Amino acid sequence: MQRKTLSAAGGAAALLAIGGGLLLARSSRPHGAADDAPGRTARRSRFGDYAVVGKTVTIMKPSRDELFAFWRDFTNLPAFMDNLDMVELLGDDRSRWTIRAPGGGTVSVETRIAEEKPGRIIAWRSVEGSDIDTEGRVRFSDAPGGGTEVELVIAYIPPFGRAGQAVAKLLQREPAIQARRDLRRFRMLMETGEIATSERRLETEEKA
Amino acid sequence: MRALCYHGKQDVRVDTVPDPEIVNPRDAIIQITSTAICGSDLHLYDGVIPAVAPGDVLGHEFMGRVVETGPHSTLRKGQRVVVPFVIACGACYFCGKQQFSACDNSNPVDKQEMSETLYGSPMAGLFGYSHLTGGYAGGQAEYVRVPFSDVGPVVIEDDGLDDDKVLFLSDILPTGWMAAENAEIESGDVVAVWGAGPVGLFAAQSALIMGAARVIVIDHYPHRLALAKGLGAEIVNFRETDVREALLEMSGGRGPDAVIDAVGMEAHGFSVDNMLDIAKQKVGIGADRASALKQAILAVRKGGRLSIPGVYGGMTDKFPLGALMEKGITLRTGQTHVQKYTNKLLAMIAEGKIDTTFLISHRLPLEAAAEGYANFKNHQDDYTKIVLKPGMES
Repeated sequence: MQRKTLSAAGGAAALLAIGGGLLLARSSRPHGAADDAPGRTARRSRFGDYAVVGKTVTIMKPSRDELFAFWRDFTNLPAFMDNLDMVELLGDDRSRWTIRAPGGGTVSVETRIAEEKPGRIIAWRSVEGSDIDTEGRVRFSDAPGGGTEVELVIAYIPPFGRAGQAVAKLLQREPAIQARRDLRRFRMLMETGEIATSERRLETEEKA
Repeated sequence: MRALCYHGKQDVRVDTVPDPEIVNPRDAIIQITSTAICGSDLHLYDGVIPAVAPGDVLGHEFMGRVVETGPHSTLRKGQRVVVPFVIACGACYFCGKQQFSACDNSNPVDKQEMSETLYGSPMAGLFGYSHLTGGYAGGQAEYVRVPFSDVGPVVIEDDGLDDDKVLFLSDILPTGWMAAENAEIESGDVVAVWGAGPVGLFAAQSALIMGAARVIVIDHYPHRLALAKGLGAEIVNFRETDVREALLEMSGGRGPDAVIDAVGMEAHGFSVDNMLDIAKQKVGIGADRASALKQAILAVRKGGRLSIPGVYGGMTDKFPLGALMEKGITLRTGQTHVQKYTNKLLAMIAEGKIDTTFLISHRLPLEAAAEGYANFKNHQDDYTKIVLKPGMES
């Protein structure tokens, strides 16, 4: 299969710019966008073969650098990313992510760091041969009223195309839902040291 | 343990359910000594609040003794605590602004989405209420799990302050206080309060403490109106009196400076549109009945303040938006930021400046809870406030 890489699609920078207005200045946003909203909030959510989702939360503590450091250690991600089973570090900038897929199985994605600006940006990209073609970027910036705005943007080719995307949505494993929930769990974990649950007992939580 | 569980519309029962456990590090388990039935529990009982499931343990006004603590709880076993009905983390953007009932972190993420769809923003977690607010088990039970126990619970050091004096710090006392605060009461104000239920009575009491010159309470239950009178308020019975006319005449023809809707979504009223709203609510097409609110908007003076502590859950029909705009009314509302007020109000109780015990009409064992709900609903004049005592012999 001819795997269409993001560089082939015009480069990660451009794609994520569509997703989040991250790298490119707003004035150079593609498609003649007429307002200042992030591109991912456009009424269409697909750009070429890629679906782009993204969410932002404001986190009051700890500091931006500490938030960055926690995220940068990818082995921490399963603590708040619900569909992430496990992350193994393979080297400085490579890691293998085991992801729970819609329908019960798991898929394995090897990622490498595509961009890193300490305290500000971490971007990762699946390497060739992974089960999923995806890239993600998290950006940490100072909120105007204090705290840190954390923006997560994920671009991916939905497995099995649009039909697959619809099934995933039904199972609530769709990346847009996951991104929102994962970011909120990240905020809970960072601000409160725990993730809220209304379970009354431990074992019922484990079953869920 | 024994707990009051929701089974369906006007069907609640005391069942045996598993005891709660420490689930998260900041949790505590409280053994309930007193727990009240709230007017908003009747909204659940009547099935007009969405996302309540069979088996849900109700109750959001409770206090008791700490029997277990998680590793990050600051409570100690044996302490007596009153627990705010709003669950708040104390650390998020909203808690930082003391807007505790807007806490971002207390409602589990999957439950946040329901209220986000309905309201545009996710709600905080509340005890014993809808799954829109987390589906947390409530306190009409022998035990309850209290998350973020280092933030909410108010420790009552003085054993001389018995439960009846401090229990209402959990909800209705701060709710009445915040209602008056939202009405921006100034000395010399004429204030009208719709609803002589617990929140309306505490709002009236608070308005008087804040310096209102006249507080007028509107209801139709004679006993409840008598309680208002006992607090130093004046009373208007809407079954006998033209409310707007009376309020105008009692405020020099201007209209009250501030009005408080302490009735909410199940208002009684005789107007045609309220009857229509009742019919819609009965067949489950869900418009909130808002006749008290509509009346308050028409009655308040131009440039006046409207405070809404009454509970609304969805949409309302024929809202007098024109009157709101043209008269330049300021509107403030919200679930109570309980944690913001508890210490101040506890001090006022301890100093004898606020009494809450006048409200309690019945004390019942937990086992009689279902009967309590039915009586509270059907005999509102006599049953002003029921406090359930799980330790009491049935």
